[in-house]
Amino acid sequence: MSKAVKKNNTVKLDFNIEYAPAPESKASAKIQPSYDLFINGKFEKPASKKYFDTINPATEEKLSSIAEANATDVNKAVKAARNAYDNTWSKMPAKERAKYIYRIARMIQERAREFAVIETLDGGKPIRESRDIDIPLVANHFFYYAGWTDKLAYAFPNKKIQSLGVAGQIIPWNFPLLMAAWKIAPALATGNTVVLKPAETTSLTALKLAEIIQESDLPPGVVNIITGAGATGAAIVNHPDINKIAFTGSTDVGKIIQRAVAGTNKKVTLELGGKAANIIFDDAPIDQAVEGVINGIFFNQGHVCCAGSRLFVQESVYDIILKKLKDRLSTLIVGNPMDKNTDIGAINSKQQMDNIHKYLRIGEKEGLEMYQNNCVLPKKGFFIRPTLFTNVAQSSRLAQEEIFGPVLTIQTFRTDDEVIEKANNTPFGLSAGVWTDKGSKIFNLTTKLRAGVIWANTYNKFDPTSPFGGYKESGYGREGGLHGLGAYLK
Amino acid sequence: MNRLEVLKTYKIYIGGQFPRTESGRYYTPKNRSGEVLANVCLSSRKDVREAVSAARAAFGGWSAKPAFNRGQILYRIAEVLEGRKTQFIDELMKQDASFAQAEAEVNLSIDRLIYFAGWCDKFQQVFGSVNPVASSHFNFSVPEPTGVVSIVSPQENSLLGLVSVMAPVIAGGNTCIILASEMKPLCSVTFAEVIHASDVSGGVVNILTGKPEELVKYFADHMDINAIIYCEKDAATKQLIQEKASLNVKRAFFYDSINWKKEEAENPYLIMDTQEIKTTWHPIENIGGAKAGY
Repeated sequence: MSKAVKKNNTVKLDFNIEYAPAPESKASAKIQPSYDLFINGKFEKPASKKYFDTINPATEEKLSSIAEANATDVNKAVKAARNAYDNTWSKMPAKERAKYIYRIARMIQERAREFAVIETLDGGKPIRESRDIDIPLVANHFFYYAGWTDKLAYAFPNKKIQSLGVAGQIIPWNFPLLMAAWKIAPALATGNTVVLKPAETTSLTALKLAEIIQESDLPPGVVNIITGAGATGAAIVNHPDINKIAFTGSTDVGKIIQRAVAGTNKKVTLELGGKAANIIFDDAPIDQAVEGVINGIFFNQGHVCCAGSRLFVQESVYDIILKKLKDRLSTLIVGNPMDKNTDIGAINSKQQMDNIHKYLRIGEKEGLEMYQNNCVLPKKGFFIRPTLFTNVAQSSRLAQEEIFGPVLTIQTFRTDDEVIEKANNTPFGLSAGVWTDKGSKIFNLTTKLRAGVIWANTYNKFDPTSPFGGYKESGYGREGGLHGLGAYLK
Repeated sequence: MNRLEVLKTYKIYIGGQFPRTESGRYYTPKNRSGEVLANVCLSSRKDVREAVSAARAAFGGWSAKPAFNRGQILYRIAEVLEGRKTQFIDELMKQDASFAQAEAEVNLSIDRLIYFAGWCDKFQQVFGSVNPVASSHFNFSVPEPTGVVSIVSPQENSLLGLVSVMAPVIAGGNTCIILASEMKPLCSVTFAEVIHASDVSGGVVNILTGKPEELVKYFADHMDINAIIYCEKDAATKQLIQEKASLNVKRAFFYDSINWKKEEAENPYLIMDTQEIKTTWHPIENIGGAKAGY
């Protein structure tokens, strides 16, 4: 094996060229000093009278104050949503509903750069990702679902199409505006009204969306956006006049929600955690696979529920893959998310950074071998070097638990059956990746892997037409595509 | 001289075998005239675990069978049931049905199996999709079975109800463990014999008898069950099921308002309840710029 390593023809990018800074301008980001709750078409002060800070995780500077909604505020929002559902939205011809959603899509496109900048300032993700992936997908998602509004009868043959009523939606901090779009667009297209709560560390783009919704003249109460942390979310989940809970977040909280709605008639969809296997066979296009693995785990700092966090490499190509991965790792640019050259931005919060550090320590304690990019991290802000672990046992906590950070475990395998067994040996089942040039092998794997999204010779691709969601403890229900409509109909 | 009738021992059905409950316990359901129907196995938590192991072991084979083949096997169940109609009518009448009711229930059960047999290789086409993604990828979504499904079958319509809930679950490639009607268990056990004679591999369908109040919680909290279907209206039990189901994010379905005698019990959405949607992506090479011509 060692000979093979020496022979590898990796082009080691050994030059010491510093990229000149290429910062995106903050000028387009109009952030107010404080934000209230968006209820019934107006921004209202919270009954709690409390506000919390939202900071830029790359600089730890305060960006704005965000209202904290308590149970009274939640109740007000639900009442507004119920009223809008009963008196306006459910009575409106579908074609008219569609035009509102189209209008929102267009307004997001018009202000795309502003959204991208705020998303990056508030959440820490590289501007390249928020500009080229998050925000375009947001607008496309609204545009796609707008078109379904008056065509629902074609989606579910022989079924009476009935909306649910008021949907309570709770979303995470990793793709703040994109998750809002995934929730709001299908809910509106199917005729429901919405109370949405963004994550407490990333409320800003949802509140900017509220401004757009206000400008779009969407009838008051159809979409209500209220901010706060776990207690606000719990008040939504437990509100008796909500018909549907849609949650994206951790499996632990998902289980609490499923338990909390027991005994009610609330319909629930859960999009929860993952621990995806990314599998490289010896006949894979090696350089593409390495690039795909890097994207699979380091995209959005690894804050991705479908991140390819468990790499399985066929033994015969292990040495070369590992070498190429380390080479590629050393070229990743970690730092200022507003710089257009940055590959890996800031960890979303101090809490999450501490959590990732905890796992790095566990890995060392378990005796795994750690390899990190040796870049210099910014002095302020929350950053973690992209990290590989080798010598990983299937039973390692790093291979079993969702870390939600830029941490990849690497294991090896010999046969197809062995890797299928190892890949499926997890309570999660959200996504998986397969790298091989052989079509029949791809279909053997994609059929037998128990996961909701399988990327073959690619990874981390998303599209409004493509259903997304998990098997097993990764949740139930789908978002996106025709199947995503089902989550909001009786 | 009168011939002495040979009585049947009603046992449970796990992994393609007919054991007694490991607990050695029994109960004696009675019909309206107070006649004891049989000494019926009072299944235990351990029986549930054995049944789940058998169902899990059978899942890989059953879900990988060609859908066409699964359709033939479901049709075969109907054929065998048709051949043993009189026995089922007999048992249903022991369980208080009139002849006309019993005959109608058996006929409908047979027809329902055939209805779902036909769906085995068709629902994927109705509910799958090719998704026109904006990037250069081929992307498609297909339904796949959820896994092991536990079923607490309806107490009334003990044959028709069981068949109607089971058929869409196994038609979709899942395996299942079923708790039979507590007070009318006879034809559920006999139906296991029909399953056994119909090329259904051992473990695909497992049928237990016993008391819901004892066993439902294990049907709901077992960590290797992926979905649960409950067919009664009891609100406290429904709440218990959801709470226990949350332990492993089990999918829970309540079929408490379906009239099994009506057409509403026949639709492919019942199959889709215990399906997952899997979406697969693959890049499309796009070099050279050639376009599809004429």
